[in-house]
Amino acid sequence: MNLILHVWRQKNADAPGRMVRYEARDINPHMSFLEMLDVVNQGLIDKGEEPIAYDHDCHEGICGMCGFMINGVAHGPERGTTVCQLHMRHFKDGDELYLEPWRSRAFPVIKDLAVDRSAFDRIIAAGGYISVRTGNAPEAGSILVPKEKAELSMDAAACIGCGACVAMCPNGSAALFTGAKISHLGLLPQGQPERDRRAIAMVVQMTKEGFGHCTNVGECEAVCPKRIKIEVIARMHRDYLRAALVGD
Amino acid sequence: MSESLRNDGRIWVPKRKGDTRAPGEIPVDERDYFLERKYPAFGNLVPRDVASRNAKAVCDEGRGVGPSGYGVYLDFRSALQRLGRAVIDERYGNLFEMYADITGEDPYTAPMRIYPASHYTMGGLWVDYNLMSTVPGLYVIGEANFSDHGANRLGASALMQGLADGYFILPNTIGDYLATTQFEKIETTHAAFRSVEAEVAANTRRLLEIQGTRSVDSFHRELGKLVWEHCGMGRTAEGLKQALAKIPELREQYWKDVRVLGDGDEFNQSLEKAGRVGDFFELAELMCRDALERNESCGGHFREECQTPEGEALRNDAEYSYVSAWEFRGAGNAPALNKEPLEFEYVHPSQRSYK
Repeated sequence: MNLILHVWRQKNADAPGRMVRYEARDINPHMSFLEMLDVVNQGLIDKGEEPIAYDHDCHEGICGMCGFMINGVAHGPERGTTVCQLHMRHFKDGDELYLEPWRSRAFPVIKDLAVDRSAFDRIIAAGGYISVRTGNAPEAGSILVPKEKAELSMDAAACIGCGACVAMCPNGSAALFTGAKISHLGLLPQGQPERDRRAIAMVVQMTKEGFGHCTNVGECEAVCPKRIKIEVIARMHRDYLRAALVGD
Repeated sequence: MSESLRNDGRIWVPKRKGDTRAPGEIPVDERDYFLERKYPAFGNLVPRDVASRNAKAVCDEGRGVGPSGYGVYLDFRSALQRLGRAVIDERYGNLFEMYADITGEDPYTAPMRIYPASHYTMGGLWVDYNLMSTVPGLYVIGEANFSDHGANRLGASALMQGLADGYFILPNTIGDYLATTQFEKIETTHAAFRSVEAEVAANTRRLLEIQGTRSVDSFHRELGKLVWEHCGMGRTAEGLKQALAKIPELREQYWKDVRVLGDGDEFNQSLEKAGRVGDFFELAELMCRDALERNESCGGHFREECQTPEGEALRNDAEYSYVSAWEFRGAGNAPALNKEPLEFEYVHPSQRSYK
């Protein structure tokens, strides 16, 4: 199959960017989107042009490195999928696709389709951890976790921090990401000691980074490759409110 | 796909070569559940090196499935009948979804097609008992070190080692090092810093100035294929010697003909990749050298010359009961072999049998 790509090319954060038209020829429909880009890049290198920069790592949809907008949708048209797991069979021969980097004030473009998501790291550093005694194994039965709580926590922990939620949100909000991290730890007994402090610190950091506020649009849930539910945002608000009112 | 799927999936190929019928149309008595047949005690749960070698063997015989012939079926039909879809969903839902994404096929109705692939490298950087490398103060934790896994890897060993090193060992050892060591303030004007900085800058310049004709990826693929063929699931002295002759040639070509575009002053993924692939040549050569030196079969290291009459790995503990710690002596120089004897007090290695 053959496709026409319009790709955002931007040399670095300070340089102006623009859309550039490329042709992707002889694409095997079993290729992933990133493999298709590799074919395009090989053609560019052969012509002596710099390849398109994009982030990627595991190619299994579990690391959170890849992601860009395809025709205005984060990670492209398939639900619950990262671009590395999006396959070309979902497109038609002759399709014209517009590829853009995540757009958010808090995610400056590094180059082409690669953006700087270190704002997420700083939100995690602000409170996304638990204190636990290391060095020896605790008695296995000493902390009991109800099955439903374990499942809910695991669902939230599935967040890979790719940033699609932010990119798709009209407010550029990181509420789904932060809510997932707060839920993941706050639902478990091991996460209780810092629960109040965590909710406040992570929400404050999220705001400081320049992410917008959540107005319950729900675009984040729609594009999340891990199908994180917006109930994590409600849980984040509850934890924040509780901590602000009665926390220590 | 994850190895955990073998807990409930059954692996088979058609009994007859060139059987191109859809899997559902092949009656049970015309299927070869080769792992269950050969290893009745362990069946589909034999270790990954045994499962991989056998999958490769049936494909080499011409009984592989799928358009390429490089595939065996991983069939959940009986597990779905026995346990129901809800249980399978709970155990493997994410993996089934991943398979459907990749192949466009529904693994709930048709068996998965799988084939062994290289995943991690076994072994790793040498560390002492406290996980410190040969560089004082440089600790190597998790899978990057050699400590917990040797000639074979087991499911979830990445997670296991991350937890064991991070949770149990480092809290005791790294703190001790920091508490008992005096640190002087080091400025970036320090001679050692300057010399490494110059080295990195020179390497970057060198890669950018080659301006050859071939992309980094094309070299990476060629090197990968060489290692896959000669230092993969089955190895022979002859094949390893061939690889050891070809890798330096390819490396030489790499440093003459690689094309890295862009510059070294900003984000440049081709340059980053070029540095890594440059290192892979050293690693690939070392792996082949080590595999050639170890004239026995042991875990995932299967020397075709060393097998039992049934075709299983034949170990030689009298001569090879040691860890091969290869000492880097500069690019282009042969590394030195340091043998660290393996001493077993309670459980002794023996010929494995999964029959």
